[in-house]
Amino acid sequence: MTPHCQYVLRLADTNLVLAQRLGEWVGHAPALEEDLGLANVSLDLLGQARFLLSHAGELEGRGRDEDALAYLREESEFLNLTLVEQPNGDFGCTIARQFLFDAWQLALYEALESSTDAKLAAIAAKGVRETRYHLRYSSGWLTRLGDGTPESHARAADALARLWPFTGELFAADDVDRTAAAAGIGPSPDTLKAGWNATVDAVLAEATLARPPESNFGWLGKQGRHSEHLGFLLAEMQSLHRAHPGAAW
Amino acid sequence: MPLNAPSRQDRHEATRERVFSVLATVPDPEIPVLSVLDLGVIRHVVIADDGGVEVGVAPTYSGCPATPVIKADIIRALGDAGWTATATDVLSPPWSSDWLTDEGRQKLLDYGIAPPARAVASPRALWQPEADIACPRCRSLATERLSEFGSTPCKALYRCTACLEPFDYFKCL
Repeated sequence: MTPHCQYVLRLADTNLVLAQRLGEWVGHAPALEEDLGLANVSLDLLGQARFLLSHAGELEGRGRDEDALAYLREESEFLNLTLVEQPNGDFGCTIARQFLFDAWQLALYEALESSTDAKLAAIAAKGVRETRYHLRYSSGWLTRLGDGTPESHARAADALARLWPFTGELFAADDVDRTAAAAGIGPSPDTLKAGWNATVDAVLAEATLARPPESNFGWLGKQGRHSEHLGFLLAEMQSLHRAHPGAAW
Repeated sequence: MPLNAPSRQDRHEATRERVFSVLATVPDPEIPVLSVLDLGVIRHVVIADDGGVEVGVAPTYSGCPATPVIKADIIRALGDAGWTATATDVLSPPWSSDWLTDEGRQKLLDYGIAPPARAVASPRALWQPEADIACPRCRSLATERLSEFGSTPCKALYRCTACLEPFDYFKCL
């Protein structure tokens, strides 16, 4: 698999896994509006994932379509960021994870709009408009939770502290990132940090939440080395397709 | 060839008009008061010399479940009218709610859905204040957003504080 294909697949898997996580809230969210909100964000991410998976399949050139890539790969073949596979926890934890992700994805998509990969640029130009809504939603809730009751503040702060170590991977470049950046396919990950910092610091200040200390913890989900949580998510996501190979609606 | 026979160009033009008149009858499955033309999702129509018709469709939201239904409905409607049709995704430029036609905006309003605020040209401004959204029932501007996300990806849920009715707002994108 070329670095170009791997780069696109990382983005696809990151969206797919987060969409699946958010889907776990359907029927369980604290209020009907949030049930719909989380499901809508999930749906956007899933739609973007489908475009990205199909594109990765075309770049790979081995005839694998979006379904083959989503349902018939093993855990170590998934190249998503470790942050997005973390369990939902409580609503505050889901919102904190979403906020840290949305702020990153907004900066990423804005940069990808000028990608030399025209298909990727088109997917990003479409996605960036959706991500703005997601970020507004997650920022709004993080602010209300942080600047809410002592209980909601404590839970939001705890979620941020637990998730923060996973944010290092968002900005750490490896060979795939460097090759993609050199070819103008994607931005060098570290160049997204300033935009992310600006969003995160502004919202945390509004939410009266302290920024957790930097962590040197290095996660490697995008190289296929995951936390213990991804396997369970995939087992659920892939079971139907694997139990009924070739089934169609 | 007789002098008054229609040229190939004219025949193509006539075919295009007939294709568009069929497309005008294909509804959005989630907001059936709008046709796919009102919605602004039809990006191109290409008529091949063998009579095949290719329709380019812009998805509204990336994950909107209506998109595959719209494509299937277009193929079926054109098929019923005697064409062999295909429908392809057109991602670029991305669909915008600015592409709703004026007629489509009026149909939304009559249907009880507030049409999108104008000029999404700069969706970059993330924190900009929302435009005033008029209640589709009583036209009051005393409205408030209940939820950013509504019953379909393209709508938000609002409430009118004048007539106290909740209503859908077709979001800017």
